[in-house]
Amino acid sequence: MTPEHETEVADMIVGATGALRIQGGGTRDIGALVEGDVLRTSGLSGVTLYEPGALTLVAQAGTPLQDVAATLAAEGQRLAFEPMDHRALLGTSGNSTIGGVVAANVSGPRRIQVGACRDSLLGVRFVDGAGRVLKNGGRVMKNVTGYDLVKLMAGSWGTLGVMTEVSLKVQAVPETEATLVAEGLTAERAVGALSAALGSPFDVSGAAFVSEDGKAFVRLEGLDSSVRYRATQLQSGACQGWSVVEGDKSAALWRDVRDLTALTGGDSTIWRLSVKPTDAPAVLQKLGNPNAVCDWGGGLIWVDVPDELDLRAAVLEVSGHATMVKASEAMRKHVPVFHPEPAPLAALSRDLRAKFDPRGILNPGLMG
Amino acid sequence: MQMPDPDRAILARKDRIVARLHQVLPAHAVISDEAETRAYECDALTAYRCPPLAAVLPTTTQEVSDVLKVCHDEGVPVVPRGAGTSLAGGAMPTADSVILGVARMNDVLETDYDNRFIRVQTGRTNLSVSGAVEEDGFFYAPDPSSQLACAIAGNIAMNSGGAHCLKYGVTTNNLMGVTMVMMDGEVVEIGGAHLDAAGLDLLGVICGSEGQLGVVTEATLRILHKPEGARPVLMGFDSNEVAGQCVSDIIKSGILPVAIEFMDRPCIRATEAFAGAGYPDCEALLIVEVEGSDAEIDAQLERILAIARRHNPVELRESTSAEESARIWLGRKSAFGAMGQINDYMCLDGTIPVSQLPHVLRRIGELSKEYGLDVGNVFHAGDGNMHPLILFDANKPGDLEKCEAFGADILRLCVEVGGCLTGEHGVGIEKRDLMVDQYEPDDLEIQMAIKDVFDPKWLLNPAKVFPLDASATRRIAAE
Repeated sequence: MTPEHETEVADMIVGATGALRIQGGGTRDIGALVEGDVLRTSGLSGVTLYEPGALTLVAQAGTPLQDVAATLAAEGQRLAFEPMDHRALLGTSGNSTIGGVVAANVSGPRRIQVGACRDSLLGVRFVDGAGRVLKNGGRVMKNVTGYDLVKLMAGSWGTLGVMTEVSLKVQAVPETEATLVAEGLTAERAVGALSAALGSPFDVSGAAFVSEDGKAFVRLEGLDSSVRYRATQLQSGACQGWSVVEGDKSAALWRDVRDLTALTGGDSTIWRLSVKPTDAPAVLQKLGNPNAVCDWGGGLIWVDVPDELDLRAAVLEVSGHATMVKASEAMRKHVPVFHPEPAPLAALSRDLRAKFDPRGILNPGLMG
Repeated sequence: MQMPDPDRAILARKDRIVARLHQVLPAHAVISDEAETRAYECDALTAYRCPPLAAVLPTTTQEVSDVLKVCHDEGVPVVPRGAGTSLAGGAMPTADSVILGVARMNDVLETDYDNRFIRVQTGRTNLSVSGAVEEDGFFYAPDPSSQLACAIAGNIAMNSGGAHCLKYGVTTNNLMGVTMVMMDGEVVEIGGAHLDAAGLDLLGVICGSEGQLGVVTEATLRILHKPEGARPVLMGFDSNEVAGQCVSDIIKSGILPVAIEFMDRPCIRATEAFAGAGYPDCEALLIVEVEGSDAEIDAQLERILAIARRHNPVELRESTSAEESARIWLGRKSAFGAMGQINDYMCLDGTIPVSQLPHVLRRIGELSKEYGLDVGNVFHAGDGNMHPLILFDANKPGDLEKCEAFGADILRLCVEVGGCLTGEHGVGIEKRDLMVDQYEPDDLEIQMAIKDVFDPKWLLNPAKVFPLDASATRRIAAE
């Protein structure tokens, strides 16, 4: 099913007799396996409103991400939260949609500076599991009118409703970017340096560690003179002895961090862990120092581990959670993809889903 | 403003309810004497008052849980209260409710600079959160005007903003985790020191839920290192349109100031008479502030000033010292006081797309003539968050009603042009009945369904946010 209007989405949901698999571009095949008819949002396409002077863009949910990016680039703007492209890692193809990005709350390296996708999301329109057409938020930067369902819809993986339109805050592309680079660091030294850089006044927009070769990266963006100044300041402080990579080379380096080039191509299971940044070295050690990309100053760990390893047991002692992003079908059937929640929160989430999707037909069980 | 009639059965059980509260709290933490409960009869929306049945001031999460268990068991509505600075009536009680104040819960529980967070009890004031980390060079970014007095609990309930959120975001963008007590007394932990919580974004729903889903007792907040410096520039223009266009051009240029503040002529004149900041007598005035090292500030201001010059400003005032910077901010910071000097005022906070600024200001001017009430506009222009201040005389019969009708027209106008009723103050009781202008019945229904999940008996702050007739069946079923 590929509806072309919001009302068609509503009709299809009302008429559904069984489970629906909600799909944008199908590039992020993550979650427990869902059996059911596919409802694709790719027919709901197009930028409906773009005001560069107000930093706001409204688009139909099925609009290809590349179209959104091109529209913004024409005005020297971009999505601030730097969404990851999952295709290479997951071996998927097709075109990511803006609605899919929002449904998965996909947030890249700049999350530490500007927030996640959910922080850029200003408003949503969606059809819930009862076929009701609903809206929340709007297209203005500040909005506390009623409950914030905008945040709830971001990262709900199509389990609460089918998004039909999203409204986003966008960002001007800065004049320059540069990255400070170090090599041969242990996780502990790297995370220490990243914490120091992030705790400086120098407005860091990326802070990552890649275990292969022990590389650490700190990104600065802004006016040319300002980037130079801050790089020099950091080189005499948190990043002593680090070299500087500029322009396109810097951008390429962050694309690799964002899209996990270092973890791409293998067959093993890929996990995504969200932890307190300074816990990262201990977590990696407990996992036997696997091949890892640590973004967000260490707070976001992507690892490549053998199936037998009980990864959650290793992180249960620290605050945080783990998502199994890439795994065999067998693993996805037997291991919860999303981190099991404590009982009271699981009950709240279950009851919320029942309100939004009383028949339990929208991506049932995908999030556990 | 209508509030539901108090439940007579609850009023009749006052002694028993108070006795049960005394069983779970120290004596000084329960206030039930009629003279003393009067201190809790309103928040900063002072036009409406009603003393509560009782007020409690617990000091621990466990005590909050114990109080809520008693109230849940007795079927007594609970109105959570931070510092009582809400302009929307968010903390206004009803006669049959218990005020649960967190003001005595103000400890710092943990400070972690390596991971850039602070964990506090939520009765702590906004400014004292920054105060706790200031010596080490850090700060907590959201800065509502009431930051000296307002509590983090209220900031979370209303998802408060401030002048600097253009760069740093509002409360929800800086809140990492909470300890929350549910109405039945259960304590839940959501999020924490890691950047994103697992599962559905419950934290996102709780922030801004106006104390209707649970009582947040502890919060993990993101802290940042302070910038090396900040400096404002003042610009005067001879029309609102031109000033509005200048705001849009600055934003489009790619420079992100930390604040862009806007004042119109009535407000400029009032603040000049009051504070004498030396503002030019013009139609519209902008204060734009940028951050960084001195050289970085110079580079940003150079571009901003070049944009401003293209719009033929009647005045461009740069600052060369801390004193001059303070003087530029002086008028803006005393704007509310200046308007209050003239008369009573009502402060609105509808938000509009920046492009609609000139149209909305013109329409507000026309409405001002129709209603015969003066209005001054001072607001966060970068994000379209308006703050029209309508002047009225509280002692003149009918003036308050006229002012409220005028205010409602302005808020409907904000919605009409693609904006919203409230950008940072919250709905409370003040904008409750206007919710139908922004949302369809189903949009409100799904929000109320969320409250059903968190608070099935509708005991937490029940007569707020939703129009009374929309929530009536739920509130009555709960009785």
